[in-house]
Amino acid sequence: MKEKYILEKRIEKGDFNKGGEASSKLKDLLRKLGVDSAVIRKTAIVTYELEMNIIIHSEGGWIRAAISREGIQIFAADDGPGIADLEKAFQPGYSTASDQVREMGFGAGLGLVNIKNYSDELKVDTKTGVGTKIRAIIHLV
Amino acid sequence: MKVREVIEKLELEVITATHPGKEVRGGYSGDLLSNVMAKAGKGDLWLTIQGHQNVVAVALLTGVAAVIIVENLEVEKEAIQKAEEKGVNLLRSKLSAYQLGGRLYQMGIR
Repeated sequence: MKEKYILEKRIEKGDFNKGGEASSKLKDLLRKLGVDSAVIRKTAIVTYELEMNIIIHSEGGWIRAAISREGIQIFAADDGPGIADLEKAFQPGYSTASDQVREMGFGAGLGLVNIKNYSDELKVDTKTGVGTKIRAIIHLV
Repeated sequence: MKVREVIEKLELEVITATHPGKEVRGGYSGDLLSNVMAKAGKGDLWLTIQGHQNVVAVALLTGVAAVIIVENLEVEKEAIQKAEEKGVNLLRSKLSAYQLGGRLYQMGIR
């Protein structure tokens, strides 16, 4: 079945100026829909990290969100370069971010950790040289 | 306690204060944005050294009552514009996060 997205947003590589726009927009949408505030908080954290990861680490990509019976689904898809060592990437404190990015308070090796901790279901597909696709689900109850 | 009272009591510099009547519920201090995203809560005062515009995005997402830039550190022009546009209270203190946190705690913000 084709998903009907409530949010679909292109995220450009290195576009820190717009960091947080997709997650803010999703947060506003969910608030208008009357979604529970704890669910919104989890969704905002996960979406923000996914969005920033595209900005910091990828060649650009998309953030999409849908609501289904399972909950709020957030999809992140980027144009590469893929995550070379997925196991390491999930270790708190591990990051491949540049010093410049770290000085801004990013790249602390906590992004994927937050994504994992605040989503109820998580699927990561990554291929070096191709890209990464992530689906995170936050249950409504 | 309202943001406005905290500004007066601690003589904070007001960079933007579009919502001075916001209720303060607690506080969080941190400069790693992922940490702040996960730990700062609605109504907190967020103490940080970061003065760039992504701070405004994180403030909006977490719903903090105000951001307080510590140690009189520089706040980027883009951050100020964005804070005004999005209605985020952006304040500044000459105190360090440690000192300011102590003062806030003494004032009963815990």
